[in-house]
Formats: sequence, structure tokens, C-alpha cells
Amino acid sequence: MMLKAVRSFLLWEMVVGHWKTLTYLFRLKVTINYPYEKGPLSPRFRGEHALRRYSNGEERCIACKLCEAICPAQAITIEAEPRDDGSRRTTRYDIDMTKCIYCGFCQEACPVDAIVEGPNFEFATETREELMYNKEKLLANGDRWETEIAQALAADAPYR
Amino acid sequence: MSEAKITVDGEEYQVDGRLTLFQALQYIGKEIPHFCFHDRLSIAGNCRMCLVEVEKAPKPVASCAQPIMPGMVVFTDSEKTRKARKGVMEFLLINHPLDCPICDQGGECDLQDQAMAYGHDRTRFEENKRAVPDKEMGPLVKTIMTRCIHCTRCVRFAEEVAGVEEIGALHRGEDMEITTYLEKSLTSEMSGNVIDLCPVGALTSKPYAFTARSWELQRTESIDVLDAVGSNIRVDSRGAEVMRVLPRLNDDINEEWISDKTRFACDGLRRQRLDRPYVRRDGKLEPASWDEAFQAIANKFRETGGSSAAAIAGDQADAEAMMALKDLMRAYGSPHTDCRQDSAGVDPAVRASYLFNSTIAGIDAADALLIVGANPRTEATVVNARIRRRWRIGGFRIGVIGEAADLTYRYDLLGACGDTLRDLVSGRHRFANVLKDAVRPMIIVGPGLLAREDGRSILGLARSAAETFGVVSDDWNGFNVLHTAASRVGGLDLGFVPGPGGRETVDILGGAQNGDLGLIWLLGADEIDMDRLGEAFVVYQGHHGDAGANRADVILPGAAYTEKSGTYVNIEGRPQQTTLCTFPPGDAREDWTIIRAFSEIAGHKLPYDSLTHLRERLIEANPVFGHLDEIRPAPWQIFGDDGTMHDAPFSSSITNFYMTDPISRCSETMLQCTKMRQALTDGTRTGMSG
Repeated sequence: MMLKAVRSFLLWEMVVGHWKTLTYLFRLKVTINYPYEKGPLSPRFRGEHALRRYSNGEERCIACKLCEAICPAQAITIEAEPRDDGSRRTTRYDIDMTKCIYCGFCQEACPVDAIVEGPNFEFATETREELMYNKEKLLANGDRWETEIAQALAADAPYR
Repeated sequence: MSEAKITVDGEEYQVDGRLTLFQALQYIGKEIPHFCFHDRLSIAGNCRMCLVEVEKAPKPVASCAQPIMPGMVVFTDSEKTRKARKGVMEFLLINHPLDCPICDQGGECDLQDQAMAYGHDRTRFEENKRAVPDKEMGPLVKTIMTRCIHCTRCVRFAEEVAGVEEIGALHRGEDMEITTYLEKSLTSEMSGNVIDLCPVGALTSKPYAFTARSWELQRTESIDVLDAVGSNIRVDSRGAEVMRVLPRLNDDINEEWISDKTRFACDGLRRQRLDRPYVRRDGKLEPASWDEAFQAIANKFRETGGSSAAAIAGDQADAEAMMALKDLMRAYGSPHTDCRQDSAGVDPAVRASYLFNSTIAGIDAADALLIVGANPRTEATVVNARIRRRWRIGGFRIGVIGEAADLTYRYDLLGACGDTLRDLVSGRHRFANVLKDAVRPMIIVGPGLLAREDGRSILGLARSAAETFGVVSDDWNGFNVLHTAASRVGGLDLGFVPGPGGRETVDILGGAQNGDLGLIWLLGADEIDMDRLGEAFVVYQGHHGDAGANRADVILPGAAYTEKSGTYVNIEGRPQQTTLCTFPPGDAREDWTIIRAFSEIAGHKLPYDSLTHLRERLIEANPVFGHLDEIRPAPWQIFGDDGTMHDAPFSSSITNFYMTDPISRCSETMLQCTKMRQALTDGTRTGMSG
């Protein structure tokens, strides 16, 4: 009772508070100067989707439709037919990014590592329509992010 | 029947002693993995997947090739059995590529399923896998022979069911290859069935390649109408598109086979569709609204008067639409209705004169057959497979009056003209004795004959042949008429035939040509000679832009057989219903609703508002419609004329099996088949002709 009265009289809480502030003044800062600085990303980070190609430029996707089947949000739409050389290819590969819940099941299901969720998370748009990705957009994503995607896959490979 | 007692997994069972062990195990509900065994093919015993442990046997036995022995003790889930299965599966997978993601069989593959259920979880095989060059099997069957596991189901099917010995195996052991020998396409009208039979993805459908996965398809059970057999089918659709057609098991009709036309003509459903009403203005067809189209027709009816209107129903019209159209025409006072575009000379009053009376399953019981002017191979492919199976069992003499076509079984070519039939009836022909001695003889009269001018006389002669040879008795009626039009029997049953004083198709065309008839309503009728319609006002109600739509003054867009629930009566007189699988395109509607809607505008409102009411009306017209999937035997009566016949040789009604109706004529796949068949016309190769 007595102690409490003394602490109250001496504004002890305020002293403790100021001391806390003072110690943080000399510690390392946790805020970063986004967008000029960015935090570290795990190789397993699930960001914007991309369709990858083989190093010879051939698209990886073989239209097996496993990603479409596994997608819990039913965000993926695929249509396929035999290409002129007889191989199995998609004629349409759409992802509705407004439906996508970024669960990563599509990249888990893909037998050829074609559809991946890359490290890019900065793809906000001004209109809803821009988030309806088609095959062209996804392949362009793949071309742009290939280095980072390949590194992330290599880094995670030992754990798979 | 010899009963045998066997012990399976510690429990005793009584089974039919004539079964194989595999069949017995299936019968008592044990699931045995298998690849090469198939109910309707001979036993090969070469996949070894059905191994089970049998007490006192030194090794696991292949149950499919093991006869039942009384007192057998079998273990279907013992350690030894499981190990044997795992071993067999490992061997099968040694040379099977791991390309399930690009394989069309993926998702409905026996090997995939059984590898999951009975296989090892990893491979020990590190050597190179075998690769086999793909074979050419024509425009329908795609081959990826590296996937083949040598079950030989396709070889056995071609040899036993289809009757074309064109698939076989070369070399042995690991080097064995299934091949068509000459790299030519199959000449069978049932070749598509090897796709269903193949337990892996070695034989897949070429038109369907890569377009859809089994899990994204909506399955609807329906009935085929591209021939008159009424094969039971399953229609697989995705969204608004029919992706493929598969057979459905029905032992009384198609067993589990369907013809290539049934299976592959479905891409014709996407082309040349009528999706909105059209009205001809100044000689040009222009898009119109339903109201404009109906008004144009109603005006014309008023102008010409109802009694100078006529209606012809096409080969794919459903019974509901025919009933509605008949009621409409009668309400207008027109007796001129006919469902026989080819003017087939059957007697609508005598049901036995137009049915396949013995039933299709009845072929199995017959012991002699006379084919008069028919080619069952093209006119009713699955019926022909039944005849072939009966012939393979033996004790089944077949005589043919007509063309010397390759029917896939051996027959006696008796003659080509009506004279031969007359000789036969009078007993002068040697084949007469074969029919006389038979206990259950059978006669099949082809549709090509009935469509001739002397069709009634031929039918009359065929009837006297039937009576002479005892084809019809108390418990057996072997007099069969074959049709190629799915609507035919239904139309005759409900009475879509000329009323009192009405005209038949020939006379309708004649009346149109000389101006007696002013309005002709074509319900999907495309096989008539459009030039003979003269100046008449033509209403075409149908689903494809074919001959009829070209000539029409008003087009009413209807629904194809996958887009409506319609009743069709097959050649046996068995009413069956199709199911709505996808919706009709654009403004197109179910056919009976179009006629019902028009009747209201025309001032002759038809008294039914729903399909249920309309079906009640059908049953009122003929009680057979009340018994779906059942056959009501038709009483034997006098029919046909005893007039003269001309000398023209008997011939089949079908010249090109692949294109017989508006749907198959629009099909790209059927076009390729037609081209392929033309390229192969330098003689068929089974050596079974006569």
C-alpha cells in the first residue's frame, strides 16, 4: 500500500517508460524502407503464379489438368488439344487470381513443375479484370521470374 | 447344372461348376484384379494379374483360366496371393511408361487403379524401358504402343466379335507387339470398342484426344438414335458440349458394344446447328423471332387451308414431337402425315409387320437365318455382332438373298432377286430344307427392300415364306424387319401415318409437285427429294442445316437427341427414353414445345402443357408407350400384298455407313472415316464373302 503510493508520487511508471524508449533508441531498427527495402522470403513463399518453360524454350505444361482438379477454389480453367506436332498442349490456361487462395496445391500437383507460385507478391491492380490471368500472362511471368523460381526450387529440393 | 462346393477365404460357397474360378469368385463378390479377362471374350490368361492361392497347388494359379474343382480351397487375400500380385504388377510396370499425366486413359485406367490398390510403392528397375513404334489404326483409334501390356483384348475382340482379323501380335516375350500388320485402318464398323476394352492407354480415341479428362465430364445415360437398334449409351458432356459417347451395358440390346457411328458422330452435334428461327423473305432465309416464324406459318395455313397441309417426320424424330405434330395436323383437318420418308411398304395396322419380332436377344436362340435384302453389318451393326456370335457357336446356317457383301460370317448366297425368294417359298430351292428343318428359323427383311415400289409385295412374299417355314409358332416369332430410322417404329406405333383419305410420302411429294398441297411440315425430314416439293411452302423443324433447312421457307430450330428427353421405340418395339445431356444451342427448343407453342398461335391449342401430359396422350394412342424398356409381343396377322415384283436385285439401303443422317453428315470424324473407307474399297480382306 505504502510502496504503491510512493511509486505513484514519484511517477515511477513514467520513468520505466522513458527508460524503455531510451533502450530501443540504441537497438537495431526492425522497420524497413519498403518499397526500396524488402524483407527476406522463404524459398517456399507462395506468391504470384507463373508458367515455366524448359531451357530450350518449350513450355512445360502438358495439359494434364491435375492443377485444375486439385484447385480448392476452382480458380483454374484449362482447355487442351493436340498441337500440330501431336504433343499434348493447352490452348487455354486461365487463373482467376481473385478466386485463388494461394494454397500452393497447384504447384504440388504439377508433375512437370510448370505451374509454380513465384516469389512475386507485388501484383496489385487497379481493375478486377487485370487479375484474370491467361496463358500469355502466366508464361510472361515465368520468363520474368525464372531465375528466382529456379533458385527457390533448388533451395527447397533437398526437403522434397 | 452341376453345383460345386468351394472354400474361399475360410467360407464355404455353392457355385455353378461350369464357371471358371475367376467367375465364381466374382459371383460371390470377391474383387480379383485382372487385365486380360473380359466377360464377352475368350479366355487368354496372359496378364497373370488374377493369381490366387489354391491349397495343394504348388504355385499361385491364374483364376481366370482355372476351372472349378469341387472342394477347392482358395485364398484371395493371403500373404502369398498379395505377394504374387505385387510381383506381377512390378513386371507389368517395368515396361509401362510413367506418362499418366499426358495419357488420355489417366483417371479411368485399370492399370493406374490396380497399381494403386495392389502394386508396390516403389520401383527396383533401373535399366532402360522398352519403346515400341506406334501403329496406324485409322482415323478413330489412336495408338501409343509403348503403353501396351499385351493383354490381347483388342486382338480377341477383332477376331471374335468384330469378325475382322486385322489386329494381331508379332514376336514374343518382351518384344511382343500388337499390330495391324499392314498399317491400315480397321475395316470394322465397331472398331471403337477396342478403346473401351484396352485396360491401359495404348488404344485411345483419336477425335477425343487430349480434349477432356474423365473427372470433369458429366455423365448422362441415354439412348442412341443414329440407327434403329436403340443402343444404350452414356453421353459424357462438359459444359454445353458433348465430348464423347460410350456404350452402356444392356444384355438385351447392345451388350456392351456400340457402332463407330454411334460413338464418334457426336462431333457433328457442334456443327451446322440451327440455333434461331429463320423466315424466307424475297428468296433469302433471314433470322427471325419465334413470333414472326409462327405468324408466317399460321398465315400460310389460313391461306392454303388445313386440309392441303401435310407433314413428314424424319428418321430422328421423337415420339412426343410426332404425337404433337399429328394432333396439330388432325386439328387442322389434314390426314396427310407420314413417318416413312423412304415410303417403306410396311403395314401400320399390323405391328408384327414392322417389328424385329424375335427380339435381338432372340438371335441367340435361333438355329437358321434367312437374310432378305439386308446388310445388317451397316444397317444394324450391333445386331450383326449378335448374329456373328450365334454363327460362331455353330449349328446356324445363314442364307442371303441380296448383295454378296462381307457380313463377317459365312453364308450361302442364294440369289439376288425376288425370284429366289419365290423359289424358296415354293420349296424348289435347296435352302428351303434348311429352314424347314430348323426348330427356330429366322427371317430378316431389309429396309432397302421395303422402300422399293414393290415393297408391299416383297413383304407379302416374306410373310408367306415365314408361314411356309414355320418361322412363326406359339412360342417363337422369327419374322424380323430391320429399320435404319430410329423414329420409324415409334411413329408407326403412335400412328404418324396417313389418316382416312390421307397421302403417303410419295403422294405427299406428288401433291406438292402438282400444287395440290400448299404446306409441307418437315419434322427433321432430310432424306426426301427436295426438288419434288415444287412450289409448296415448306416448314422445316430440326436441328441441323441439312437438305430440309436449305429448301425451307420457315425454319424452326429443334433439339438433337442429346438435348431432349424423347421416347424412341427400337426395332424390337421396345420404348426407351433419351435424357437431356446438354441444352439446345441458342434459341432452339425441344421439339414438342415448339409445336405446342405454335398450336396456341394457330388457334388449335393442343391439350397438354407438360411432358407428363403428352406422355399420357402417347399411352392413350398406343399402350406400348406405357411400358418403357419392355417388349410387348405383336400378334401375327395377314399383311403385305401378293402383287408382282420387278427384277431389280435386292440391295441394302445404306451406301455409306458413316453418313446416314444430318448429325453424321456434319461430323468431321465421319468424313475422315468415309475417306478412309473409300481408299480401302479395293476389296475387303476377311475372305468371308459367300
